[in-house]
Amino acid sequence: MNVILFLIFAIIAVVCAINVVVQTHPISSAISLVGVMGSLAILYLLLGAEFIAAAQVIVYAGAVMVLFIFVIMLLNAGAEVKQGRSVVVHLLGVPLLIAFLGLVAYFVQRLFPRDVEVTFGGFTGGTAQAIGRALFTTYMLPFEITSILVLIAIVGAIVLARKEMD
Amino acid sequence: MDSFIVISLIKILVVFGVLMTTLAYLQWVERKVIAHIQVRPGPYRVGPHGLLQPLADVIKLITKEDLLPSYVNKPLYLAAPFISVSMALLSISVIPFGPTIEVAGYHTWMQLTDLNIGVVFILAASSMGVYGIALAGWASNNKYALLGGLRSSAQMISYELPMSIAIAAPLLLSNTLSLRELVGTQAGGMLHWNLLRGPFPQIISFIIFLIAAFAETNRVPFDLPEAENELVAGFHTEYSSMKFASFFMAEYANMITVSCMATLLFLGGWDAPWPAAYGSSFVPVIIFALAGLIALYHGVNAVRKRDKLTFPAFGVIFLIIAAIFVLPIVQQWLLPLFWFCAKTGVILFAFMWIRGTLPRFRYDQLMGFTWKFLFPVAMLNLLITGFLVAWFTK
Amino acid sequence: MAAIPISWFLTLSAVLFALGVAGFLFRRNIVTVFMSIELMLNAVNLTFITFSYHFKSVDGHLFAFFVMVVAAAEAAVGLAIILTVFKNRSTLNIDAIDSMKN
Repeated sequence: MNVILFLIFAIIAVVCAINVVVQTHPISSAISLVGVMGSLAILYLLLGAEFIAAAQVIVYAGAVMVLFIFVIMLLNAGAEVKQGRSVVVHLLGVPLLIAFLGLVAYFVQRLFPRDVEVTFGGFTGGTAQAIGRALFTTYMLPFEITSILVLIAIVGAIVLARKEMD
Repeated sequence: MDSFIVISLIKILVVFGVLMTTLAYLQWVERKVIAHIQVRPGPYRVGPHGLLQPLADVIKLITKEDLLPSYVNKPLYLAAPFISVSMALLSISVIPFGPTIEVAGYHTWMQLTDLNIGVVFILAASSMGVYGIALAGWASNNKYALLGGLRSSAQMISYELPMSIAIAAPLLLSNTLSLRELVGTQAGGMLHWNLLRGPFPQIISFIIFLIAAFAETNRVPFDLPEAENELVAGFHTEYSSMKFASFFMAEYANMITVSCMATLLFLGGWDAPWPAAYGSSFVPVIIFALAGLIALYHGVNAVRKRDKLTFPAFGVIFLIIAAIFVLPIVQQWLLPLFWFCAKTGVILFAFMWIRGTLPRFRYDQLMGFTWKFLFPVAMLNLLITGFLVAWFTK
Repeated sequence: MAAIPISWFLTLSAVLFALGVAGFLFRRNIVTVFMSIELMLNAVNLTFITFSYHFKSVDGHLFAFFVMVVAAAEAAVGLAIILTVFKNRSTLNIDAIDSMKN
């Protein structure tokens, strides 16, 4: 049951990710990226990360990607034109990426042999209480700093995108 | 394991059936309420007091010509109402309607599934519902639809912020994200409800939640993006027949979800306002008996000729329901269900009452209201709640 | 078997990361490049949470949470920059933004 769920959502994630990279119109890429984030949220649930799964859907898929879709709809720039592509880059880049992937997969298989397994319910420490406790005790400093970071981002975005006051 | 699956399937069918009927009849209730606010009878001719009007509307919408314009982006055009409806229905799956119920020896919760993260799950489903509207506006390939869709999605995501913060405040009092446990912590009568208890009664949170809920569900006074005389018809301009009906089903389902959330978070769920020892189990009996007697009285002294037949029928039905409430065998699950539905019904009535009363906000007034007033007030409320809870809990 | 080998999660994360790198290097539209960056960040989040499961500790979840917050902040500022670039150049092609090239 776990394996079937994992396979279904892993395949959906990979297909949507390929779609993000391959589609010409940015809106199709954006919607495929929402699909990737949704399937990743379910994989997080399999790994016992219930709060992070909900946060992924609310923050990432439900706010950040809506922002992307807004910008794409507002700019309305249309599909990407296939020109000025360098053949050398493709000829060199794709084999290198596949080699990178093969290397990482090989080392991962070496380090974590088949008997190191994940079952649904194997880790119950991902509740909101556990995250809250860790967030406000051990990780208090990063929490405060990211608050200031978000404030800077808000001010920056407003300053960059406003109309000129002439 | 298999009895769990069978019971779950039965529960899904029951909840889905009741939900679909409620959606249809909620529209009837809304039309009647708004009509009486405007001193006119409302739907009256199709069936007794217009009760078959939803059926007529469903038949009309199904048999209308289902257009698929050639200039739209077909995959997105077809997917948008589907996303809206599925996300709206998904949030209903975690709402508890009552405590446990025992049928033929099987104990089960009156809830499809209880998640540890129930509250955030509903927030997540409503965040994803924004996509239905944004994609509907984009796919229609129509300037007005695009503008309406963008405005509506921007409104929805802006109002999600005060809503989430207003939800966080009673969670500080109840200390759990699971909806069933939330009701459990509010047991014991009106003074234990999150609205009125603890170091800081959550009245401000309740009001902020309701205002944000109005905006989330695109209801008056925040329904500029979909009003009929603004921007042609907003994001659903190019939709007809069943697809149009799906958007409105999604809106009513969202309304039911936020009313249920308000009941569970602030009004104590299925808890009776005062303990059963002081006679709260007789309240439904009294209400239905009074309704039956009034209906019988108006049936006997009928003003309109048709009422001579329908009002006594309704009176008899209400008296039978009042009698059912007295039976001790059903009291264990019917009474909490009654209280839950009564509280949700009051909030839904408030939705319709406000629709019949208030004018709508202009778009910049709407956005200014949330960012400059509602969000800071919600933050302040959370701060005060957190401070008082920390002060008074050792 | 009822359990998933943990190496499958890590391999999935590597595949998503590689796809993100491919999109980042090979696409010419700024918004698509930006979305590939978000794809890479998601792949890294999956790795964090997988290792959090492996070591039975909640710290990985916290890291993933901070990655999400930073990604949201970066998306906001990055999209504002993209809007400004579009206002000035009327194109979303990266190759067209080369006025500082010799």
